[in-house]
Amino acid sequence: MIQIRDIRKSFGNQEVLKGVSADFESGKTSLIMGASGSGKTVLIKCMVGLLKPDSGQVLYNNRDFFSLNGAEQKKIRTEIGFLFQGAALFNSLSVEQNVLLPLDMFTNWTRAEKLARVNEVLERVGLEGVNPKFPSEISGGMAKRVGIARAIVQHPRYLFCDEPNSGLDPGTAGRIDELIQELTREFNITTVINTHDMNSVMEIGESVFFLYKGEKRWVGNKDEILGSKDEALDKFIFASDFLQDAKHAMLKQGGRDAIRREMARNVPVANPEAAAPESSKS
Amino acid sequence: MHFFAHFGQYLLMIRALFVKPEQFRMYWRETLRQMEDIGVGSFLIITVVSLFIGAVTAVQTAYQIFGNSLVPGYYLGWIVRDTTILELAPTFSCLILAGKAGSNMSSELGNMRISEQIDALTIMGISTEAYLIGPRILAAIIVIPMLVAVAAMLSIVGGYVSTMVSGYVTGGEFVHGLLTSFKGFNVQLMIIKAMVFAFLIASVSSYQGFYVRGGSVELGQASTRAVVYSCILILLSDYVIAVIALN
Repeated sequence: MIQIRDIRKSFGNQEVLKGVSADFESGKTSLIMGASGSGKTVLIKCMVGLLKPDSGQVLYNNRDFFSLNGAEQKKIRTEIGFLFQGAALFNSLSVEQNVLLPLDMFTNWTRAEKLARVNEVLERVGLEGVNPKFPSEISGGMAKRVGIARAIVQHPRYLFCDEPNSGLDPGTAGRIDELIQELTREFNITTVINTHDMNSVMEIGESVFFLYKGEKRWVGNKDEILGSKDEALDKFIFASDFLQDAKHAMLKQGGRDAIRREMARNVPVANPEAAAPESSKS
Repeated sequence: MHFFAHFGQYLLMIRALFVKPEQFRMYWRETLRQMEDIGVGSFLIITVVSLFIGAVTAVQTAYQIFGNSLVPGYYLGWIVRDTTILELAPTFSCLILAGKAGSNMSSELGNMRISEQIDALTIMGISTEAYLIGPRILAAIIVIPMLVAVAAMLSIVGGYVSTMVSGYVTGGEFVHGLLTSFKGFNVQLMIIKAMVFAFLIASVSSYQGFYVRGGSVELGQASTRAVVYSCILILLSDYVIAVIALN
């Protein structure tokens, strides 16, 4: 379990996080949701120690990360897997070497044992046989999967994902979401995901945390979110592509006639006179 | 104030190099990779430059001293040897390496920083300064003195060949000059200079790349700063070493 307590972070005069507290349970996918600039990335970077908060605590199973010494922080870091927005693969290393790196660095396993583990996780993320390829030779979706494989290769207790779906088509994004949720349940990992994608929220949001201008605004789950009374959250949901997608899904369910009706309703009026009601013509 | 902030951060970076490696084998592997990058990658340019610098030194020295009939011919070999060993080979080679290897280090680390690869290593629990910068400095300190020694030899060969071609002195006279009043201390000084310059090139360039912020424009600026600062520090330390060692 990860708990954050009253996290504050400023850059110059700009206060980005204004006393954020939350609990993230193990075995659940917890989503930090918010618009761009709401402080999601700064919060997740504070949680993993890439940024030091001005005040507040980050507790990993009751161990306060920022009051530990360097060696103890390192120990916690080896329990963390992190999927970056751009995957952050090492360009000069092959897929296999990318996933192998944490094992090379932190285990004394034999070469065969390490390779067996690498192949196991690559298979788990659906990437069998891509071992010799380099990051420049694979697609964005595959790079994200390699990032996940690298993140889970050491059996992490905590998994952080920063915008895992950004830049991916809806199908691939959905598969990445499913994969993260499966891994979370399978290995009872505490997973924290940064996202502004409402589709992800509705798909895997077992616990949802809405961040607005550096403050915690709403906490709940995917079943409660559409019934929230929070004005900022409503605006966020209505501004997202999610409703467009939902509308398209409804239209699809209504068949071609529903689509035609919807198109007819939205067709721009070419001739205003022709389109005017009969009563106004006389 | 800005200078002191950077200098403080540079010292903290140097301090961060002295940690216990997570896996010694991985650090050594990275050191070997860097040695290959610096050594093999820079060998051609060092070879070409050294040969021509030696040749030009010999021709211009001959032009200056042989108007005077009192100067014996073997002086040419002597002057070419000492100028090369004491100054041209270490300083000139390292100025070139600052441009070649230094900018390469800076842009490689800067690119890793911008694409969050350094953050990825940090989150894994790896001591990033020690793993990424330590091997670069160690590799530079090992390989650059070797390159400088090769550069010195090639410069002298270049001087010999150009002397033969131009016909200022005979080959025997040039070799006699090379063997006259040879001081082993000069070679030691050349190696010491090369090691100091190597440390400056690798540490300053790595610093510029490692702490870069922003995007591709800032990355380019960092590479330029790496070369400019390395060159200035090489020339400054060259003077300081000369004053300390030769006075």
